[in-house]
Amino acid sequence: MAKKLLFWLSLCSLISIAQAQVIHQERSLYRNILVEDNDDLRCLKFNVRSTKTQQSCFLKSQPEQLVFNYTKLLMASLLVMPEPKHILIIGLGGGTMSNTLAQLYPQSQIDNVEIDQAVIKVAREYFEFFENDNVKTYNQDGRIYIKRALLKKQQYDWIILDAFNGDYIPEHLMTKEFLQEAKALLSKDGVISANTFSLSELYAHESATYKAVFGDFYQVNNQDNANRIIIVNRNGFAVNSLNKNNIKQLNSTLLKYGVDIYSLYNKIYFTGIEQNWPKSTRLLTDQFSPVNLLNTQ
Amino acid sequence: MTIQKQGFPNTFIYLLAFTSGFCIMGIELLGGRILAPFFGSSVHIWGSIITVFMLSLSLGYLFGGKLSTRSASLAIYGTIFLFAAIALLPIALSSQWLMEGIFITVEDSRYGSLLASMALFFIPTVILGMLSPYSVRLLVKNSNESGQVAGKLYFISTLGSALGTITTSFYLVLWFDINIIIFGFTTALASLGLLAILVSKTKGLHQMEQTHG
Repeated sequence: MAKKLLFWLSLCSLISIAQAQVIHQERSLYRNILVEDNDDLRCLKFNVRSTKTQQSCFLKSQPEQLVFNYTKLLMASLLVMPEPKHILIIGLGGGTMSNTLAQLYPQSQIDNVEIDQAVIKVAREYFEFFENDNVKTYNQDGRIYIKRALLKKQQYDWIILDAFNGDYIPEHLMTKEFLQEAKALLSKDGVISANTFSLSELYAHESATYKAVFGDFYQVNNQDNANRIIIVNRNGFAVNSLNKNNIKQLNSTLLKYGVDIYSLYNKIYFTGIEQNWPKSTRLLTDQFSPVNLLNTQ
Repeated sequence: MTIQKQGFPNTFIYLLAFTSGFCIMGIELLGGRILAPFFGSSVHIWGSIITVFMLSLSLGYLFGGKLSTRSASLAIYGTIFLFAAIALLPIALSSQWLMEGIFITVEDSRYGSLLASMALFFIPTVILGMLSPYSVRLLVKNSNESGQVAGKLYFISTLGSALGTITTSFYLVLWFDINIIIFGFTTALASLGLLAILVSKTKGLHQMEQTHG
């Protein structure tokens, strides 16, 4: 029995070696970090070697192509805002979002915030994450960064919240108080886009909290791997806030990143029209945020 | 007759020790949650919290042991519980402005979280720590059994800590606001403390009746 198991295990590992090769592995303060090569595809993974925990992928031959669906979904935000001059990204991953936005808006200032120094290092070494005078990285907890930025009276046109991985959600980055702080950091027409989940009991709590802080929001879902992007602004969107005027131009700029803005336009939906969570849902606050417990239920 | 009379306070003291163990770890666990909005959830948050709890428990043991040499009584024991309950209240009532002040003055979140942990948890944990040696003093009747009594007490209070940890992290945070949980701990400690004082008073009356009779 044990022999048989061992045989299958070794066979499985042989197959996975043939498919993907781990080129870098390290244990940081927060997680295990793996970099895997699978022919042209290079992926950053946290914790386990499964596709579920992929954080960031890119094609070595076409680094500008956005491989991950959710990074493409994030681009739907461009339908509701003017060109962002100051961008804040919470959660670096492989740095693909930062790289893409730096190409799209070379004049804009991009601040990346990542809690894990090891992730920053891996992004630089294996994912061609680049920094310059306009693109900066801060090794800090996202909530502290935002609180300090508020004290310095900074403002951002686009805040991208991308700090959640499948295994563990920082509970203090989902609460009403946190969202209020992030909201206060927005410029007048600024937008927050959050990459988050659409499964589990957490969905209702998170949605209710966003609605309480921002009003009605836009959402783009990715049915396959249970991701969704929540898009909010300072005052809550009115119906038909989508800007169709520059969609043609957006389409031609985004095509080379593998983003189909027309399909995003069709997929995006507005909670002002359809709200799919119970009205009485309890809000997530600094006092009540058992988000990891809710996410498993 | 005497065995029965002794039996009640002993079980009672073990129950109190259990509750203090339960509350200590429940609060330590909530500490991470309380500090996170201002100091993040990096690993040094837990460094700060555990350091402060260990430091204050160690001092509490020292002070509690010292205090137990001066005419130890159930009434003083109950009073310590009352003080512990009161000392916990600022965690719920004043933590926001305290942490805000520290956040603004201390840039480095390691020392910020250490300072905030000190401000919030040091005093209540010192007081809660005093209860362990004091319980030993109340329970030990002769030196021969002292080791066994101390062992049993550590067993019960540490079991309380284990249960406090799992109950808080698995269930309480899922049902209640952090402040409600703190108030729950406060109420439990205060009512047990009052009960201890009450028991010692009635015992005192009883003894007085006996001597007068």
